[in-house]
Amino acid sequence: MSETAAARRPKVFGLVRRLPEHLTIWLPLLLAAGHIVSFSLWTLWVSFTPSTLLPEFGWVGLHNYTAVLATRNWRIAFDNLLLFGSAFVVLSLLTGLGLAILLDQRIRGENVLRSIFLYPMAVSFVVTGTVWSWLLNPGVGVQKFVNDFGWMSFRFDWLINRDMAIWTIVMAAVWQSAGFGMALFLAGLRSVDTDLIKAAQIDGAGPFRLYRRVILPTLWPITVTVVVIQLQFAITTFDLVRALTGGGPGIATLLPALVVYDFMFQRGLLGRGAAAAVLMLLTLLAVLLPYAAWRHVQARQAARA
Amino acid sequence: MRDTTFTPGRILIYLAVWSLAAAWLVPLAVVMLNSVRTAEEIVQTSMIGWPEHWAWDNYRTAWADFCVAQTCAGIRPYMLNSALVSIPATIISTVFGAVAGYAVSLWRFPGDRWIYGVVTLGLFLPQQMRLLPWTIVLRDVGLINTLTGLVLIHSIQGLSFTTLFCRNYYIAIPRELIGAARIDGAGFFRIFRRIVLPLSPPILIVTVIWQFTHIWNEFLYGVTFTTGQQQPVTAALIALSAAVADVPQHGVQSAAVMIAALPTLLVYLLGGRYFVRGLTAGAVK
Repeated sequence: MSETAAARRPKVFGLVRRLPEHLTIWLPLLLAAGHIVSFSLWTLWVSFTPSTLLPEFGWVGLHNYTAVLATRNWRIAFDNLLLFGSAFVVLSLLTGLGLAILLDQRIRGENVLRSIFLYPMAVSFVVTGTVWSWLLNPGVGVQKFVNDFGWMSFRFDWLINRDMAIWTIVMAAVWQSAGFGMALFLAGLRSVDTDLIKAAQIDGAGPFRLYRRVILPTLWPITVTVVVIQLQFAITTFDLVRALTGGGPGIATLLPALVVYDFMFQRGLLGRGAAAAVLMLLTLLAVLLPYAAWRHVQARQAARA
Repeated sequence: MRDTTFTPGRILIYLAVWSLAAAWLVPLAVVMLNSVRTAEEIVQTSMIGWPEHWAWDNYRTAWADFCVAQTCAGIRPYMLNSALVSIPATIISTVFGAVAGYAVSLWRFPGDRWIYGVVTLGLFLPQQMRLLPWTIVLRDVGLINTLTGLVLIHSIQGLSFTTLFCRNYYIAIPRELIGAARIDGAGFFRIFRRIVLPLSPPILIVTVIWQFTHIWNEFLYGVTFTTGQQQPVTAALIALSAAVADVPQHGVQSAAVMIAALPTLLVYLLGGRYFVRGLTAGAVK
């Protein structure tokens, strides 16, 4: 008995002595991990309840989902997401790649140029969205400016045009985040094996063939990463639309994140809002799960090689 | 290194890249110029123009005078709110993220991989999935419509990024260094202070810049959990636009926008290199 007590005391003593470090390790990690898991499950659970202004117990199955999917708001928001997401991703990818290739031509003032293309990333979407809303407003923005020069028939009224308003969001989003793709692509271009480039040049490859055949193929893992991150941004876009169009004209530029907010805090339909949030998460997972699987395969291939 | 010959091809490249750069600067130039133009001047011409009379007064009005929702104190209180949220939340999430990143990269403890995996999932979980639970939690602990509530949210959510950044940085520290220190009798905190912390400034700068920029620019939580005088500056800017929608005060509004953007722009100008490293580090999750 005395033996076990002697053996136990140092262990208990050690645990107490090491309590501060256990607390500093576990408390933040548990809070972070705990809120991610519990909040997700919480929202998921609410999406199956008849909750309106306050969370309620009860079970309505998939009713909230079918109700959300049947609303005009959600259908418009989702159509917008498909259009905005694809147009934005393609354009910002091409712009980013183009900028990176231009900057890779041993240009003077490269640092200044890089800072110019990246500065929008440092500013809030509320700020940039507000400024774009002024520039694109036909009454005070670019249209007025050109009209004042005497070209009276010039029209640039996408902001108040139901069919074109979504393209103002594409424009502002591409302007804001093309620099991100540029930064990643530039890093990729700089890490291309110089021997590979020299060998191609000795073989007589011109600049275009050099890029198309030798350099660009090495960039495609970066391309996938950029696409996934831009898609993640597109799916969760909220601030930019709030500041630029407010979802309008009418509801022409709604996106899923605005629908979630509208259900939860403006109509007081928490169940519907939660269902819409879960639908957003599912959209995101449709992008992220294939990406994670791809990353996994890549890592295994790299380990084998 | 730099090519100094000017062939027609290279002149074309310079022309293309600088015209694009000029286009990228247009929104900034427009808002800067408008911030010193009067509302009348802007209405008579357009948002695009050179100031006739330099209306520096716009900045004073924007800072301390104009009215948002019956309160006429300018943007100053909201700037203060944003600072009171961003600075503490940046410090808290960075400190705990550094310790957590150190623990998961250089120590083994039961469940370490598992919990780190879950924490990094937070990078992908949309805010919309957390809005409702945060509303209820903040209400239950009495922090709804308080700056402390926002600090709490950003401190906890920020851990996903800060832990990831620091872990990926610390993983490169040779384990032999830690092992040798342990043989000498150094514990968890002493190794952190004596070995890890002195190596940390680069990653801590990246983390601080990233967190500060993100929290300052954040809008959704600000607009959801605070109202009136408690709002951060991003939410106040939207409220200001709505308040003056009938009679736009584009000059004063531009000055307000400039003031609101200034802190993160300054951070970007001073620490651009670290800002870019944060961007690319966040990308390789």
